[in-house]
Amino acid sequence: MDPVVLDSLDPLIGRLRARGYAVVGPTVRDGVIRFAELGSAADLPRGWSDEQEPGRYRLRQGDDLVFGFAASPDSAKRYTQPPRSSLFRWRDGVAEETPVEAPRVALLGVRACDLAAIAVQDRVFLGGRHPDEAYRARREALFLVAVNCAVPSGTCFCASMGTGPRATTGFDLALTELAEPHLFLAEAGSERGGELLAELPHRPAGPADLEAADEVSRTAAARMGRHVDLDGVKERLVEQRESPVWNEIASRCLTCTNCTMVCPTCFCTTVEDATDLAGGGAERVERWDSCFTLGFTELGGAPVRGSGAARYRQWLTHKFSTWVDQFGTYGCIGCGRCITWCPAGIDITEELERLR
Amino acid sequence: MIPTPYRVRSRRPDRADTVTLTLEPVEGACPPFLPGQFTMIYAPGVGEIPISISGHARSGGYLQTIRAVGAVSRALCGVRVGDVVGVRGPYGTHWDLAATAGMDVVVAAGGLGLAPLRPVIRELAAHGARYGRISLIAGTRTPATLLYPRELARWARDFDVLVTVDHPDRAWKGPVGLITKLVDRIVFDPARTCAFVCGPEIMMRATAERLMGRGVPAHRIAVSLERNMKCGIGLCGHCQLGPLFACADGPVLGYDRVAALMEVKQL
Repeated sequence: MDPVVLDSLDPLIGRLRARGYAVVGPTVRDGVIRFAELGSAADLPRGWSDEQEPGRYRLRQGDDLVFGFAASPDSAKRYTQPPRSSLFRWRDGVAEETPVEAPRVALLGVRACDLAAIAVQDRVFLGGRHPDEAYRARREALFLVAVNCAVPSGTCFCASMGTGPRATTGFDLALTELAEPHLFLAEAGSERGGELLAELPHRPAGPADLEAADEVSRTAAARMGRHVDLDGVKERLVEQRESPVWNEIASRCLTCTNCTMVCPTCFCTTVEDATDLAGGGAERVERWDSCFTLGFTELGGAPVRGSGAARYRQWLTHKFSTWVDQFGTYGCIGCGRCITWCPAGIDITEELERLR
Repeated sequence: MIPTPYRVRSRRPDRADTVTLTLEPVEGACPPFLPGQFTMIYAPGVGEIPISISGHARSGGYLQTIRAVGAVSRALCGVRVGDVVGVRGPYGTHWDLAATAGMDVVVAAGGLGLAPLRPVIRELAAHGARYGRISLIAGTRTPATLLYPRELARWARDFDVLVTVDHPDRAWKGPVGLITKLVDRIVFDPARTCAFVCGPEIMMRATAERLMGRGVPAHRIAVSLERNMKCGIGLCGHCQLGPLFACADGPVLGYDRVAALMEVKQL
């Protein structure tokens, strides 16, 4: 289906809900943009914009846009790989698998970088010898409505990662918000996206609408806050394993795990086992873990990566080097979340430059 | 990620802190395993750890040797015959004996590293004619911490077996010191030798380097990596060593692939 123009997002939200999807999108909560279920377009953060710099995030009243902000601390990972999920219960010598929760969720407002992150997760969880069927179930239950970024933040660098700012693949629908007049250009990226679009009140997009949408992405690409030079980065990080720069970074890094918690591609998990005091049964729960914790590499009572420098080296080298060996893609998609949410303001784009 | 219930059929203390369990599925038979592979054993409510398979018991169950070092291994060492634990696997790469036919074989074990090598040694003992000259060298802390002493004595009838200890007692008449010294004492044709090395990382590196010093190429030396593992199937991220997942790319890997990685501290 050719691109169309929508006046309002309410019919879209309504149709998705009618199809049994919980529509989840950006909302303002606790001074940040968080994903939450939307009742109508009125729940979207219209008029809000963000300021993001290393170690800094502020919401402020901005232009009269519905999507006038960049990446939020939440990402699609919360839905593709929930922070906690029960694996099984063990009772009387029998394991009862916990049914996978894979609710039908329409994610409204995912950005090109988020789509790239999901594509990375697909390779991690589905591309190997032991596909993660729980991930597959959750992934297949998602309907993705992308939004092309108009206003990148100070920590964004998707343009140099080749993942944005315009969504080109991996979505059901992609919207571009146009300012004057306030409209949405909508493109279908899948058959079911096209079917849905056809059900919405719309008019065909004209050349002026298409040009206006192109201009939004061009402007956004030109306003990227940050940049990485990928040339030779994979080899360089391996060559720099013994660099003193790691120690210097570690002198600032708090090993707090924030970067890995907000990262949309960090996939590491651990498990927690608990016994049920009443019945003598036990439960195993999987939860997000981070390579920045000491316990992550614990072996026979001592961590393999005991120093903060070794843990930071693992994380950054994984993202830009060994991830490529393992999965054929970088583990970074340029959303800048790790820079914004680092309490010490450590900027991976800067550190990559210093590791030249 | 869901463990299969296995019953503890026997529990044999090997040393003060180490036991060998025989584990059989509550229903059905053990899936086949290759020498060097491991299972994830679940102590209900406590946790799950990777343990290498040391062979089949006569009844068909897995023999798995466990040393009590953390909460999970302590719980597993403390099980009673008849208890039910969870088992997933077998997982991981194996010691490639097929590629070894006709060649000299060196098996080098440090401490508990003898456990993952035991299926290899049993194969060598059973079908010695398929291979060239066979040598087993093992290092252990004290004579009392030597694993499988009776089997070692039996294997010594079939091929060269040398054991060294760090700290001898009065009765000890064998070699004392590092296992690398034993590498110098055994006979093999370096150009036609495969080596299987398992033990603490420092022992594996030193042994592999000494074998290379005698002319064995790195790609014919296999080592087995030990890392923290939560899933055992390449999904949890814990066991990475550079580009490798120890659980899925390993645990058994050619020394040519890991030598440079093992050199880097805290990688």
